[in-house]
Amino acid sequence: MAKVKSLSDLNKMREELQSKMNLREKGEHPDSIVQIKVSMATCGIASGAKEIMDYMINELDNRAIDAVITQTGCMGYCYAEPTIEVTLPDNKPIVFGYVDTKKAQEIIEVYIQTGKLVDGIIPVNYETVNNE
Amino acid sequence: MVKYKKQIRIALRNCGFINPENVDEYIVREGYAALGNALTNMTPEEVIDVIKNSGLRGRGGGGFPTGLKWELTRKVDADQKYVVCNADEGDPGAFMDRSILEGDPHTVLEAMAINGYCTGASKGLIYIRAEYPLAIKRLKIAIDQAREYGLLGEDIFGTNFSFDVELRYGAGAFVCGEETALIHSMEGLRGEPTVKPPFPSESGYKGMPTNVNNVETYANIPVILLKGADWFSSIGTEKSKGTKVFALAGKVNNVGLIEVPMGTTLREVIFDIGGGIKDGKKFKAVQTGGPSGGCLTENHLDISIDYDNLIASGSMMGSGGMIVMDEDDCMVSMAKFYLDFTVEESCGKCSPCRIGNKRLYEMLDTITQGKGTLEDLSKLRNLANVVKDTSLCGLGQTSPNPVLSTMDNFLDEYMAHVKDGKCPSGQCKALMSYIINADACVGCTLCARVCPVDAISGEKKMAHLIDDDACIKCGACMDKCKFGAIFIQ
Amino acid sequence: MDLVKLTIDNTPVVVEQGTTVLEAARSVGVDIPTLCYMKLDDLEFENKPGGCRVCVVEVEGRRNLAPSCKTACDEGMVVNTHSVRAINARRTVMELILSDHPFECLVCAKSGKCDLQSLAQDLGIREIHYQGEKSHYKGDESPAIIREMDKCIMCRRCETACNDVQTVGTLSAIYRGFESVVAPAFEMDLDHTNCTFCGQCVAVCPTGALIERDYTWQVMDAIVNPKKRVIVQTAPAVRAALGEEFGLEPGTLVTGKMVTALRKIGFDHVFDTDFAADLTIMEEGTELLGRLNKFLEGDKDVKLPMLTSCCPAWVNFFEHHFPEMKDIPSTAKSPQQMFGAIAKTYFANQLKVKREDLVVVSVMPCLAKKYEASREEFSANGDADVNISITTRELAQMIKNANLKFTDLPNDDFDRPMGESSGAGVIFGTTGGVIEAAVRTAYELHTDKELARVDFKELRGFEGIRSATIDFDGLPINIGIAHGLGNARTLLNDIKEGKSEFHAIEIMACPGGCIGGGGQPYHHGDVTVLKRRQKAIYQEDAGKSIRKSHENPYIQKLYTEFLGEPCGEKSHELLHTHYFDKKKKIEI
Repeated sequence: MAKVKSLSDLNKMREELQSKMNLREKGEHPDSIVQIKVSMATCGIASGAKEIMDYMINELDNRAIDAVITQTGCMGYCYAEPTIEVTLPDNKPIVFGYVDTKKAQEIIEVYIQTGKLVDGIIPVNYETVNNE
Repeated sequence: MVKYKKQIRIALRNCGFINPENVDEYIVREGYAALGNALTNMTPEEVIDVIKNSGLRGRGGGGFPTGLKWELTRKVDADQKYVVCNADEGDPGAFMDRSILEGDPHTVLEAMAINGYCTGASKGLIYIRAEYPLAIKRLKIAIDQAREYGLLGEDIFGTNFSFDVELRYGAGAFVCGEETALIHSMEGLRGEPTVKPPFPSESGYKGMPTNVNNVETYANIPVILLKGADWFSSIGTEKSKGTKVFALAGKVNNVGLIEVPMGTTLREVIFDIGGGIKDGKKFKAVQTGGPSGGCLTENHLDISIDYDNLIASGSMMGSGGMIVMDEDDCMVSMAKFYLDFTVEESCGKCSPCRIGNKRLYEMLDTITQGKGTLEDLSKLRNLANVVKDTSLCGLGQTSPNPVLSTMDNFLDEYMAHVKDGKCPSGQCKALMSYIINADACVGCTLCARVCPVDAISGEKKMAHLIDDDACIKCGACMDKCKFGAIFIQ
Repeated sequence: MDLVKLTIDNTPVVVEQGTTVLEAARSVGVDIPTLCYMKLDDLEFENKPGGCRVCVVEVEGRRNLAPSCKTACDEGMVVNTHSVRAINARRTVMELILSDHPFECLVCAKSGKCDLQSLAQDLGIREIHYQGEKSHYKGDESPAIIREMDKCIMCRRCETACNDVQTVGTLSAIYRGFESVVAPAFEMDLDHTNCTFCGQCVAVCPTGALIERDYTWQVMDAIVNPKKRVIVQTAPAVRAALGEEFGLEPGTLVTGKMVTALRKIGFDHVFDTDFAADLTIMEEGTELLGRLNKFLEGDKDVKLPMLTSCCPAWVNFFEHHFPEMKDIPSTAKSPQQMFGAIAKTYFANQLKVKREDLVVVSVMPCLAKKYEASREEFSANGDADVNISITTRELAQMIKNANLKFTDLPNDDFDRPMGESSGAGVIFGTTGGVIEAAVRTAYELHTDKELARVDFKELRGFEGIRSATIDFDGLPINIGIAHGLGNARTLLNDIKEGKSEFHAIEIMACPGGCIGGGGQPYHHGDVTVLKRRQKAIYQEDAGKSIRKSHENPYIQKLYTEFLGEPCGEKSHELLHTHYFDKKKKIEI
């Protein structure tokens, strides 16, 4: 990776990364890619987030569902750990709390595969500066 | 148009959104743009002015104006200066710094570099608790990636500015969150505070001018530079700008990490965001500021949260722990809990903190045993005031706050303990008795068999009796009784 | 220097910027009480951690009370040192400190000389309102120092002495909160650490937490044993300080009274370590000239500068910290040990008693001497050359036990032969004295000329590191002097780096030299006490008829009758020693 040697380098890099991500998210299979973020701060991991992440990678793979699973930091819903955020194509992200393997299976089978909502959704109660 | 929400995430803006182990994701969300712009298009003075105008104050607890701190460090002439990030989070129940470091480590690195540019420092040190292994791991990855991209190191953004960051590990001493103690610890000395002045901005790490800021403070910096001082200062109250992250804990339904604009009321935080008190119980008090803070009551629920209002109410912002208590919580025990913590965490350097807190704890213990007297209460108040008035550092100067604020707001509970020998919340074991209702007892002997200290006697099929002197109040009998015959008085 | 104006207790004060409120207050007669604070001007000792909080005062406009020892005066400051708030805080803090202190005053070694006790008196504490658990720590008894840390009040003076002044680094605060205490790492016993037993921690301890190991009863046991002949030697610095224990002004010489007291206590012979100091000069001076001559002849391997070796704490220091340089100090034993070696051979022969039946007691200003006397190499067949070493303070206790009214005692003279000494022997008691004594003799031995003046004022003083060049009749000899082990470390590092220009260096572990030793009456932070003792030492020297060691007739006689030549075979056997690498011995 080239080093950032100036501010315009950084700006260029941001644009490239942005379009690369757009491509990754929507480009190849614009209708089928699913994005999943697993809250993997210490608190999440302690509640079992790692197992959930492993489980989902395997399950999605077994079911041949095209998905990107990434780890992320704390989402702030300590009372409902482990939490995961699922973004279906052309849909708003949905956060699920209290996820165990059973719930994960349900999320995959019901929400991801059929698009029907399941219990355990956590309403987003904040706004961030970046989506203003 | 999104519906108005109580929370605005500035410091936590990337937490839960990006993969903290991938610098690209940070860059996509405008990461390092503030640093790039500051280095390329602004003088250090201009950057400091933005921070000053934004009204940002230190989020570690003290609330010192951040821009002013930077300016003070900038003004001191020295060959070498240091920028330090205080990540020695130690308040019981507070974990916002860990969350930021685990969820968005680059924002701290970027802000430290900006700080280095402003103060004239080329070295940054992050003092982080060794008990935060994941945060350490992610910071190390972030530092490596930033170095690889040239965002740390020599000649950043092709501007001649050099800055690098190293980690220093704390061994888990609460007092090392105090900046002079923190600096001594980084120097390899005993983690003890020294009297200020001199402030670290004049003489800090290795005797050099040092700017110490907390993690959350740093997390605000890049956004302020990107969006401007006016934007930031439009959020919050007159003297407290922006947002504050709180670790909401205790008897609320939605415990967790929240970030609200300054000026939000405690009621909004506890009842709207926190979802109210668990199990439909009644709200009793909220402790803000951890062991350094005070206890606020129902009467304080509608004050808007900012540095000055909290202090005026007998508490403080602290680093942002917020513990909610309900009707089942005993306020004397609560004060005792915090004193237990400060007794453990005092460094022992000054006598009021070393011995005074111990004595405060012992007196509270006596009161919760039902052995306190009215005279003890006046002694307790005097000692709490003296410890506050004479201690060397912030730890001892604030450690009596839980005692003083509970005495101010819940004196009736103290009186009940010392005058009536009763704990109104039924939490103080020494003040409660397990009693068998002879009418309900069928004499099944189960309680007698589970009692670990053989305090229960009685013939089979006859009503049993608990010997209160022998009873250790473990509650095993009550749990086991199938007939609801055992109650607490 | 900028001046600032402020008001203390309604009195206007003008002081230089940087002056503390405590100093400013004292300058106008406001005596704010202190406890942890201690400052020894000119000796680089300053302990003000701001920890005890006894000196807190009210400063208008400040949220909290301010520790006056750590608070610099500001323009326009309004200070109230005795507001109700300040007095209440001060007394409460004092009660807290006392609440964690064993109430053993009646049987405490420090009773009557304890800073904590006298502060409690001054504040008029009559009741401790805050009682509770007291802290307890492991006891520690070495041959020299007893640590009874239940009495520690965390003033940190010992830590400052050990680390900042002596740079030994044995003592530091360990544990935290209520359990915190000053101790060696891992609470090891001093014996197992790199402690030099200089005793400066004891000299500054405000309470009975650090005290000397008391050997007075062993001395009494020996005196009453009819099979034993008990002789005593007294170090030069003792006579300049002993009087303080009996209410005399510091710097009062009590040599004659001391001799009388020792006789009355029951010693069979009362001798003077100064005699052995003269002997030390003969050996050490000869050794220095030997090394110098070799050097002048072009010998590249000769070890210069030569360092003195009469201070046992200093010997410990280089054995622990600079073992690679253990060939540099003179091999001459200390006067205490030379005395012991001669007493157990030459003098025992004269008395026709077996060495085991001759008990040698030394009275020293020093705690390291207790340790030195117990070193294995200073004994023969298990019998130590010096059997018991006691301090000036212990001697005072023995005098009190013997019901002697010290101030009324008549003067008396030391016994012969080992009680005769020159003025050169006397000045061993102060920094600069050993090297001045050596110069007086080495000059005359080297040049064969008589010194025009014997007082070398350029070698005297109180500065931590001093130097002078003495003209040995055309040969310039560069002399260095250090007192305090931190200063010694500076000179040693120079030698290590090849930067030292000195031919000879005198080193004394204690600030001021032996007059400031760890076994002396407590100075309580008053540096003028040490200065007056120093003056007394030079006064005793000036009054002596013989001023140079080689002119002491009993020394001359000792060589002709017994030893032969200085640095000869017999001397080497009895009067010289060797050093050990002790770095490895520190076990964790």
